[in-house]
Amino acid sequence: MTTLMVDAQEITKSYGSHKVLKGVSLSVEPGGVACIIGPSGSGKSTFLRCINHLEKIDGGRIFVDGKIIGYREAHGKLYELRESEADVQRRDIGMVFQRFNLFPHMTALQNVIAGLIHVQKIERKQAEAEGQELLERVGLGNKSSHFPSQLSGGQQQRVAIARALAMKPKLMLFDEPTSALDPELVGDVLQVMKDLAATGMTMIVVTHEMGFAREVADSIFFMDEGMVVESGSPEQVLGNPQEVRTREFLSKVL
Amino acid sequence: MALLLLLALAGIAVDAASREAYEWSAYWKYLFDGRVIKASIVTLELTLLSMLFAIILGVALGVMRRTDNPIFKNFAWLFIWIFRGTPVYVQLVFWGLFSTIYKEMFIGIPWVSIGDFQFGVHFTLSQTASLFWIAVLGLTLNEAAYMAEIVRGGLLAVDSGQEEAAKSIGMSNWQTMRHIVIPQAMRVIIPPTGNEVISMLKTTSLVTAVPLVTDLYARTRDIANETYNPIPLLLVACSWYLFYTTILMIAQYFLEKRFGRGFNRNAVISA
Repeated sequence: MTTLMVDAQEITKSYGSHKVLKGVSLSVEPGGVACIIGPSGSGKSTFLRCINHLEKIDGGRIFVDGKIIGYREAHGKLYELRESEADVQRRDIGMVFQRFNLFPHMTALQNVIAGLIHVQKIERKQAEAEGQELLERVGLGNKSSHFPSQLSGGQQQRVAIARALAMKPKLMLFDEPTSALDPELVGDVLQVMKDLAATGMTMIVVTHEMGFAREVADSIFFMDEGMVVESGSPEQVLGNPQEVRTREFLSKVL
Repeated sequence: MALLLLLALAGIAVDAASREAYEWSAYWKYLFDGRVIKASIVTLELTLLSMLFAIILGVALGVMRRTDNPIFKNFAWLFIWIFRGTPVYVQLVFWGLFSTIYKEMFIGIPWVSIGDFQFGVHFTLSQTASLFWIAVLGLTLNEAAYMAEIVRGGLLAVDSGQEEAAKSIGMSNWQTMRHIVIPQAMRVIIPPTGNEVISMLKTTSLVTAVPLVTDLYARTRDIANETYNPIPLLLVACSWYLFYTTILMIAQYFLEKRFGRGFNRNAVISA
């Protein structure tokens, strides 16, 4: 059996007395695409952010490519990694945010190569060549010297995808990547993500785009109130949902 | 209305040019007087040194207020409370008297000695602390309190998503601060800091409280006391203050432009 790329086991997390995640488990094979759907406030985004340790978890374990994230296990106990160790783990995990979070004081190209130059310490010339190539891959080769404020939302999100890809991650996390976009700009971003999935990248996508989920996902996880209510193939979860809550949710969004 | 204003200004100018109290001949005589130029440089030195130290201390205090460590947080709060809450003139008088309160200072490990040997250095304050450096100290501590608030505001203005994005590409806390947060905070920090520098240039005229008398205002006042013509020398002092503030305003313009990159909404959007 091959190692799972992502193996999250019984993740729990609370903000104060409010339980956001109540034992969420999810696994993705290498090269697999998992979509997480569900109503807002169900803990989807929080769970995604736990995978690269932007959020701390209270219980459970997350393994990425066989390595436990954010903690070290010794004598049956978990010890939190130092910040610097967590930083190193994040290099292998790309993340794309709902609100893009491009660096506004840098051009598109500078955004893409920021990680190459400052984190991987690659020479500027080579980094620029790699960055330019990535911008072309997301269809923005002619926008390299534009600042984010000069780009449309869809273009910004594609730059953000290129920025994450620059670090050559093993895993890409997408946190509602098209939710902040005007409807006519959604297609370009989804196309880039489909192309990426076709190259064999492992992806976890929190999304409201059911069409994308049906077409691209290998597995779908429906979350509600901090739990995975139902999971399985798109045909199962979207086509023939077993749970009442899943059916109610799908009847609203489809 | 505008014409009326213009006429009134012209009237004042014509009147001033001919009015004897201004003693324009004395003005021109002292404007480039060696003592005045030297004093104006002392003023500039006081401004730049105090601002430099205040910015360093202010950044440290601003970052301290943002940390979760309660000791750092409360120390910074206390510092700002004291130095922003009392007049700078009074603070300068206090620091001027400091060497009479503490005649000696010891920096090192107290109460530990081997024979006569102590781990540290003794200062005799009246000897080591020149009035110039006391003035710099006084101005720095006061200004740092304001700079701390400006820095804190600048850091708060940067969206938390920026930090997350930087972390997600593997940047450390320090790299995130250095390459992502601080450059964006600068955009917010620089305009008020420019104002602070200009304000500091003028505040240096209070160092007479220390008492330091080599700065521009004190020196022109001393010359006026000798020659009994205070008004032209006040104008001389004002001219030099204006000259330096003008230079500082120009420098501020270019700095703002540099750190405003990517935020200009009017920039060309091409398809």
